[in-house]
Amino acid sequence: MNSIYQALAKRQGLVQILLLAAAAVFPLLVSNPYVIRLSILSGIFIILSLSLNLLTGFSGQISLGHIAFYGIGAYTAAILSKNFGLNFLLCMVAAIVVTALFGLLLGLPALKLGGYYLAIVTLGFSEIVRLVEINWMELTNGPLGINGIPKPALFGIKLSSPRAYYYMCLLLVVLTIVVIRNILESRIGYALGTIRGDENAAKFMGVNIFRYKIMAFMVSAGIAGLAGAFFAQYVTFIDPTSFASDQSTLVLIMVIFGGIGSLPGSVIGAVVLTLVPELLRSLMEYRMLIYGVVLVFMMLVRPEGLLGKINFKHIRQRCTAEPPDGKEGS
Amino acid sequence: MVLQTKEVVQQFGGLTAVNRVSMQIEDGQIVGLIGPNGAGKTTFFNVITGVNTPTAGSVHFMGEEITGIPAHEIVARGIARTFQNIRLFKNMTAQENVIAGMHTESQANLIDAIFRTKRHRTETLACEQKADELLELVGLYAYRYELATRLPYGHQRRLEIARALASSPKLLLLDEPAAGMNEQETADLLEFIRRLRGMGYTILLIEHDMKLVMSICENIYVLDHGELIAQGAPEEIQSNPRVIEAYLGKEG
Repeated sequence: MNSIYQALAKRQGLVQILLLAAAAVFPLLVSNPYVIRLSILSGIFIILSLSLNLLTGFSGQISLGHIAFYGIGAYTAAILSKNFGLNFLLCMVAAIVVTALFGLLLGLPALKLGGYYLAIVTLGFSEIVRLVEINWMELTNGPLGINGIPKPALFGIKLSSPRAYYYMCLLLVVLTIVVIRNILESRIGYALGTIRGDENAAKFMGVNIFRYKIMAFMVSAGIAGLAGAFFAQYVTFIDPTSFASDQSTLVLIMVIFGGIGSLPGSVIGAVVLTLVPELLRSLMEYRMLIYGVVLVFMMLVRPEGLLGKINFKHIRQRCTAEPPDGKEGS
Repeated sequence: MVLQTKEVVQQFGGLTAVNRVSMQIEDGQIVGLIGPNGAGKTTFFNVITGVNTPTAGSVHFMGEEITGIPAHEIVARGIARTFQNIRLFKNMTAQENVIAGMHTESQANLIDAIFRTKRHRTETLACEQKADELLELVGLYAYRYELATRLPYGHQRRLEIARALASSPKLLLLDEPAAGMNEQETADLLEFIRRLRGMGYTILLIEHDMKLVMSICENIYVLDHGELIAQGAPEEIQSNPRVIEAYLGKEG
């Protein structure tokens, strides 16, 4: 197994290019709309898991209410584009800004709370958001949902073919990966890492814990909001059931399955756990049972997740550097 | 004068952990803080580093008052510390631990990070280079890509010192740096602390290893039950009856 990781780590750039090329060519080879639809759904869940991983995996702030941001983003985009005729790009930007502000709001209690207590607060937050979505008829049209959300168009050209949506989604996924990776590799990433590792030691590194926790919440929420905005403009109909707390749990499972604190892990986790229930569709009512068994088995065999604790940067560095004092590099 | 505390009092409920402790540390000195277990040494460290705001009294650093300032701002002003029980970041390599300590040395913000601006790139390179230099200084350069938790105990202690030095402090607080070390490791540490003084650092250390304290510190403060019971050069401390009493108990 180790040699596979080493090989991957050494050729990281090549692997990334090949994966991206495969993803770009995929819709040209496959025209089945159901497959394209599943790919887009995977893409949305990739963005959601990556954003949750930034918060929970890399900053150590457990959130059980991540889907609330997704919902807020979706409703923001839906309302702005339907009622105000705002261009889809502006809708997405607005969704990011609005959800980031809600992220700030949820981040404030996180300064005093940690661990399980924070998890409960985030769960409560997502329930409040869901109840508002159901009950504020004037704004959200309640349980009936919002239909007829305008499809995206750029310079008068409608971007509503499955392929157009696919490429838009791919672009958002790549953008999310690049943004999160760049943050994590910067001094902000180090600061978040110190908070995750040991909050008491973090402040003696000169890290302003207040600022960085809020930042993690805002960025994570903003990205989830972006996914929501895209979702709303893709399905053109949203209602509160898409943003219930079981969806939060699903995203958290994807992050844990792929590996807490691993970006490639989140991508794999999101894709696998979106596709598995679909592949098992022929098994009818047994499919959730099998899904559950797969998860339990996974947690027993690899509790840290597929790529948890596997840091490709570290592996690459150790491959290229000479081992210390002639000892075996490990 | 680098550090000056005036009549610092720290109470926790009814307990007075530190009682009217005044201390002065001159530039380039190595000062020892000793005392039996529970004497209030670490609490005193916590007051200086901003973990606790003292109940009374003041702390001045480089001529400015720092009483009650949050810990992360005190680091930025030039006080760094290590911990009694090692607190390295477990998921990070040795090099990453040191870079994590350089937070106050760089300025890149979220926009710099996302767009990888010139400022971000210049700082990142500078940090890596400085981290490697510090690892070289503490003799851990060869282990720079190892996870901190995989290093032997003595190495972890040295890595903590390198991480503290990463913020370019003026004053270095070492909380029991020799704890758990064998004689050879302690001797190496002694040499290393002397080298640090040669490089211009001012050092305040808590230590139980008397041999180390007596051979390296110019000035020693002795705490017992939160009170300062003696202060002076090593020879004076060794023969001070109150110190002997605190450590060995009253005669007869």
